[in-house]
Amino acid sequence: MSPALGMFLGFIAITLWITWWAARRNTGSSAYFAAGRSLAAWQNGVAVSGDYMSAASFLGIAGIIAFQGYDGFMYSVGWLVAYLTVLLIVAEPLRNAGKYTMADVLAYRLSPRPVRAMGALSTLTVSTFYMIAQMVGAGALVSLLLKDTGIGYETAVVGIGVLMIVYVVFGGMLATTWVQIVKAILLMAGTVLLSVLVLAHYGFDLGAFFDAIGQVTYTNAQGERVTQDFMTPGLRYTPPYGALDLISLGMALIFGTAGLPHILVRFYTVPDARTARKSVVWAMLIIGSFYILTTFLGFGAATIVGRDFIAANGGTNMSAPLLAQALAGDLFFAFISAIAFATILAVVAGLTISASTSFAHDFWTNVLHRGRERREGEEVRVARVTAFFVGAISIGIAIVLGPSANVAFLVALAFAVAASANLPVIVLSLFWKRFTTAGAVCGLGTGLVSSLVLILLSPSILRADAVFPLENPGIVSIPLGFLGAAVGTWLTREPAAERKFAELSVRANTGLGAERATTH
Amino acid sequence: MVHEPPSSDPTPDTGAATDVAPLGRSGAKPAHERTADEDIDVADWERVAALAEFKALLAAKRKFIVPATIFFIVYYFALPALVGYAPRLMAAKVAGVINVAYLFALSQFLVAWVIAALYVRAAARFDTMARRIVENFKARTR
Repeated sequence: MSPALGMFLGFIAITLWITWWAARRNTGSSAYFAAGRSLAAWQNGVAVSGDYMSAASFLGIAGIIAFQGYDGFMYSVGWLVAYLTVLLIVAEPLRNAGKYTMADVLAYRLSPRPVRAMGALSTLTVSTFYMIAQMVGAGALVSLLLKDTGIGYETAVVGIGVLMIVYVVFGGMLATTWVQIVKAILLMAGTVLLSVLVLAHYGFDLGAFFDAIGQVTYTNAQGERVTQDFMTPGLRYTPPYGALDLISLGMALIFGTAGLPHILVRFYTVPDARTARKSVVWAMLIIGSFYILTTFLGFGAATIVGRDFIAANGGTNMSAPLLAQALAGDLFFAFISAIAFATILAVVAGLTISASTSFAHDFWTNVLHRGRERREGEEVRVARVTAFFVGAISIGIAIVLGPSANVAFLVALAFAVAASANLPVIVLSLFWKRFTTAGAVCGLGTGLVSSLVLILLSPSILRADAVFPLENPGIVSIPLGFLGAAVGTWLTREPAAERKFAELSVRANTGLGAERATTH
Repeated sequence: MVHEPPSSDPTPDTGAATDVAPLGRSGAKPAHERTADEDIDVADWERVAALAEFKALLAAKRKFIVPATIFFIVYYFALPALVGYAPRLMAAKVAGVINVAYLFALSQFLVAWVIAALYVRAAARFDTMARRIVENFKARTR
């Protein structure tokens, strides 16, 4: 076993041990799930950051910037600005309505069974998409670490996937929260360290660093050596459809976050709307600082490691770890890889739990069996089986996609689905009195179907034969999601839902009757 | 009815009445899982909704949130739109290789943080108004 691999395994073991130790010791965390509803603003802010900054942020953005320069930085910008949608529109009303899953919010005014069924379906779809990207990242990472042993990407993906799902299924929610908090801190530390080392490489001369970005040399698709200014936009998004694609991507990023089930549930863990608001602000500070530093990760990899070397040694997603190796040797490489791995584990954990709980609770128990469990412990078994299925599907698709698919791009597709299906119905059920069950089902359905179909017809799947010219479906599917919800509503009337609007509005705006923190 | 979850249950049992029910429960639904229909009416919602103070709160919120949302959406989409449709302008150099596009992108972070800070300040006022409504309401129904 190489020293790098030993170090990597050592770090993983330490991270897991810290997680387990913290989960057992800290009584605050036992309250995590909802009860408590007692997390402090900063704690929840750190946990939101840990839940949010996935392989896409760390491995993916660094890779896109390293390969396509400025255009990759657009992901960083969108993923921060997205939190304004969460802060201004969604977080507080959601917290005050005091429910647990995304579907609970919809079921508040509307007919519970149909909206829970559709809500669970879209939660599963978004989570699976998100998870595929994490598996691709983890697989590429581990196969790079095990390069000398001849273990390939496929084996690595299966091994990692199984390991992660087992950890989640048996570790449960406690471990999940703590792995997220520990990971957020480690990720920030690693990123700052890496950025300082990039600066040190240029003798702490920002001017020299930016000059290097102006002249990046690599081999293009035609096999010619070219030198380009990586700070100039347009390396990824080229005419004729580049501009529309960029706007489409932006729409998915800034409207998708407020529709991500695993992020939304975070706002149920704090005592009141005020704390929910403050935790978003904490998250914005942490996440924003991280995304600004992707300048150093991405452009550092482009200038110091070089696109050709990265392409030959694990591909776009390995830019940040390879940068670490180039700057400070194998052990630092192992350290950064371990952080990336912990990052992925934390996100997979959050995704698996929100997906399997939603399926077991919303769909199996509430929809299929009308709120009754037929046998003791049935819901738990269903949740576990779902976790394995979601994991297996993600592993399968990750293998089909292969290690070269950029994970930031893959995650952006999950955001497009969330923005098209979930966001319209969440916003309309909170703010539109006339909104009906048919509208919610229709909105979730059209958003889900249109975003998925457009992805299947896009150049990312069909390459040159693409029917739909954009990589990102958001610009069409998000308006369709809203339209579906509006049409479904106009065609029906639901006086019962309209009557409950006064109650929802009072609860959402004053916190009257909201779930309080419980003391232990 | 308090229900002991089976020992294989991975959900933390925090023992509070308002908890998310341990998976595998057979007892009554905890409060937060009830739909509005099943909820015991803790307040006369219609009456609160009709209060002048409540309407003032909604108006105050709208006055901040609507313009702030429109502003951040316009400011944000100006970036991809200009990068896509005015590439020459965005590629113009400001200092060394640093161009308009990069500075505009960095300004997005700053603007997002400033809007968040302004909102937190404004929201402190909304909190006071909301608290007054809840207190008045409780005093009247006592």
